[in-house]
Amino acid sequence: MKGKINAAGRWVPEKINDKPVIPFRGIGGYVPKGRKAAPPIVSCAKYPRNGNKVVSSLREALKRSGLKKGMTISSHHHFRDGDKVANKVFDIAAEIGVKNLRWFPSASFPCHEPIIEHLESGVIHHIEGSMNGPLGEFCSRGRMRGQGVLRSHGGRYRSVQDGEVHIDIAVIAAPTADPFGNANGLFGKSACGLLGFALADSQYADKVIVVTDNLVPFPCVPWQIHGNYVDYVVVMDEIGDPSKIISGTTQITRSPARLLIAEYVARFIKEAGIMRDGFSFQAGAGGTALAFVNYLKEFMKEANVKARFVRGGSTKYLVELLEEGLTDYILDGQTFDLDGIRSMRENLNHVNTSPFTSYNYHGKGNFASMVDAVVLGATEIDVNFNANVVTHSDGMLLHGIGGWQDCLLSKCSILAVPSFRDRIPVIVDRVTTLCGPGELIDVVVTEKGIAVNPRRKDLLKALKGSSLPIRSVREIKEEVEKICGGAPAPPEVDKKHVVAAVQWVDGTIIDVVYKVID
Amino acid sequence: MIDRAEAGKKETASDCWVRLEIKKKGGIKIDLKSKVKSLYGEAIRTTAEQIMNFFDIENALLLIEDSGSLPFVLTARIEAAVKKIFPQKKKEFLKPFIPQNLYQVKRDRPRRSRLYVPGDQPRLIINAGLYQPDGIILDLEDSVAPAEKESVRFIVRNALREVDFLGAERMVRINQLPLGAKDLEFIVPHGVHTILIPKCEDEETVKDVDTYVQSLRLRNKVKHEVYLMPIIESALGVVNAHKIAAASPNNVALTIGLEDFTADIGVERTLEGKESYLARLQVVLAARAAGIQPIDSVFSDVADEQGLRASSLEAKSLGFEGKGCIHPGQIKVVHEAFAPSETEIERAKKIYLALEKAQKKKSGVVALGSKMVDPPVVKRAERILKLAIQNKQISANWKKEDKDERKD
Repeated sequence: MKGKINAAGRWVPEKINDKPVIPFRGIGGYVPKGRKAAPPIVSCAKYPRNGNKVVSSLREALKRSGLKKGMTISSHHHFRDGDKVANKVFDIAAEIGVKNLRWFPSASFPCHEPIIEHLESGVIHHIEGSMNGPLGEFCSRGRMRGQGVLRSHGGRYRSVQDGEVHIDIAVIAAPTADPFGNANGLFGKSACGLLGFALADSQYADKVIVVTDNLVPFPCVPWQIHGNYVDYVVVMDEIGDPSKIISGTTQITRSPARLLIAEYVARFIKEAGIMRDGFSFQAGAGGTALAFVNYLKEFMKEANVKARFVRGGSTKYLVELLEEGLTDYILDGQTFDLDGIRSMRENLNHVNTSPFTSYNYHGKGNFASMVDAVVLGATEIDVNFNANVVTHSDGMLLHGIGGWQDCLLSKCSILAVPSFRDRIPVIVDRVTTLCGPGELIDVVVTEKGIAVNPRRKDLLKALKGSSLPIRSVREIKEEVEKICGGAPAPPEVDKKHVVAAVQWVDGTIIDVVYKVID
Repeated sequence: MIDRAEAGKKETASDCWVRLEIKKKGGIKIDLKSKVKSLYGEAIRTTAEQIMNFFDIENALLLIEDSGSLPFVLTARIEAAVKKIFPQKKKEFLKPFIPQNLYQVKRDRPRRSRLYVPGDQPRLIINAGLYQPDGIILDLEDSVAPAEKESVRFIVRNALREVDFLGAERMVRINQLPLGAKDLEFIVPHGVHTILIPKCEDEETVKDVDTYVQSLRLRNKVKHEVYLMPIIESALGVVNAHKIAAASPNNVALTIGLEDFTADIGVERTLEGKESYLARLQVVLAARAAGIQPIDSVFSDVADEQGLRASSLEAKSLGFEGKGCIHPGQIKVVHEAFAPSETEIERAKKIYLALEKAQKKKSGVVALGSKMVDPPVVKRAERILKLAIQNKQISANWKKEDKDERKD
């Protein structure tokens, strides 16, 4: 296998899935030229003048869309672990006898475990998208025919826009839709808030199928997905499991160690001077991220400070900020709970966003870099602040990138992590898989102390005299290694067998994931 | 002789389960299942072999099911299994004390909060110091199931030596005698600062514990003092409170356990605590009379922060100096409640300055204006200032800073 070392010092093969790839060239180092991809020209003359695009079944829609071997099928993950549509699509493909498909989800979840059967039988050749849980493990063991490609949310939009990925058929699960194909995530039993992750798919795919369990007469407003992009509309009894669409991620952590980390994060944002009138921050839906919002909220109230906007993953905690007047806006990328959905429905200042507005590398700027502070997780961080978010220390691929890489471009990116998990240190000499370059990671907050990237002299200066436990990342690493009985052995992987590539937001390859040996 | 024994817990994060089977031949075989196998599998095997070697076990099958246990837990679990089969083996598999834990504590240190941690839950022990309680109690008593009492001692012993307590007082709650005597052997030589004696009903109990502690200190050349903190948990204990408090010069505090106390007198424990009011006061009086710290019971509703605050403020007003905590989230609330108020601090400062003035004049009378201040009041003022400094409510350098401020 030929390859070369990229700008981050990681070996990258010449080809992934038999297509040449470009090794990572450094942040902002790759600026492609040319024109963006475009969907085929269509004419309204070919579509029903009465606007009714409803067909009898998903199978019918897929057939009419010309489903055949080798195609790329996309889906979105707004239903998270409650999605019932993606599995169905590939069940139908299997029934029809179509093989070698490429699945291009914006993320996969444990509920997609049945996809493994289709990977084994060859209905699906490989997955390009975040692989969580069982699918990640399947891929890690080298059992997928092709190689996985992991992109950030912004990277996914970019790959569609610059033609790296051509979607043949986009299947968009929509909580509410009209026969014309206008759709949104705000209403219906499967309400999930917004549908931003399906935006690129609707705009660029050759064929677009909207699947809903809540068909309303035209017009379905607001149209988060424009019916003008849609070919077919399908009605199904149930497109998702509402209890799983809005579950799991929205509880504040009860772990005292994680609460301590969250409190440190909030204090850091306050004491580093980031918390000031008109500031902005982003918080995801993990237990620690939610807890930090609650601490920060108290500080904001005490200091009488108001944010201009907060970015979510919205949850009731962000909604409370909005409703209590502690922020002017929520710019929401995905909605995690019922309060978030309600707020988006009722409050004009709770705004839906997409990977295009928030993250897209081929946009004329994007929102992510304008955010004052973002709080993220990681599986590993090295002494130079490089971080891993997709594999565990044992090499197993178990998480997706999500918006993680895109968010690193914010003005202050904070990784909030425990210093060790069970016996496994989080701060290491070299991360198993590089996902984010250390130059973009400003702060690591652990329960044992806060390490500020030495590049950020401004932050270190601002924190002079603070009672926060500011320590060097090496110091924390050494302390934890003593507790854990030394540094862990390197994971056992087959360096000749690349199972997945990790792209940087610009589409270059920052690292690869190897097959795990048992 | 039994030839096999088990110790530990399966599928419990940060813990492990082991089974040791002694064989006649075949050497040492280790069968390891671990969620960190690829990262620490070799390290685990090496440790296990060391322990077998240390105890002169030549032929055995050792099964380990590890859920990410830290070395101090793994070694404790294996040693516990060994000792179940070979109770006659007296030597102990000990790692050196970590240097961070070599500190000692003073008998009158603040004991506003003491965090109870079940001795057999390593996951909770590891981080207990992070929440900055004044004391951490590794519990061998009520939070440990009877079947686990024996093997938990190894965890607590190793934790005392190897887990960073981050400056907290290292406390252990032992079982009632006679079980508690065996507990003492596992903690006195290993850096425990203070021993909590549960269900104390008479002075004899304290004296018995004390005598055994002293003999263990002597035998193991323990130089530092080992303090005692009796817990009163019954009507008889309350009646004998002063005798208990005064039973040993090593007593540093007296506390009350209200769950057991209310059960003993046959009433429900209520939020207002009318049923235990007299008992609590009795504990305060007994402790003060014996010159040790009165410490209140725990507040058991972890979710009720308001209730905890109110209960702590009440405890403070009754004369208690601290409260037990059963969740790290309670510590901050307790510290805030026991912190002296601004008025208290201001008054204490004035008294302290008056004391200095009197000392300068070599006068025995401390006076504030035209009023004389009695010695206990002076002492209380000193205590308040110490606490205020500890809480970072005032700087240790407050005298100079106040002076500078007046100049401005």
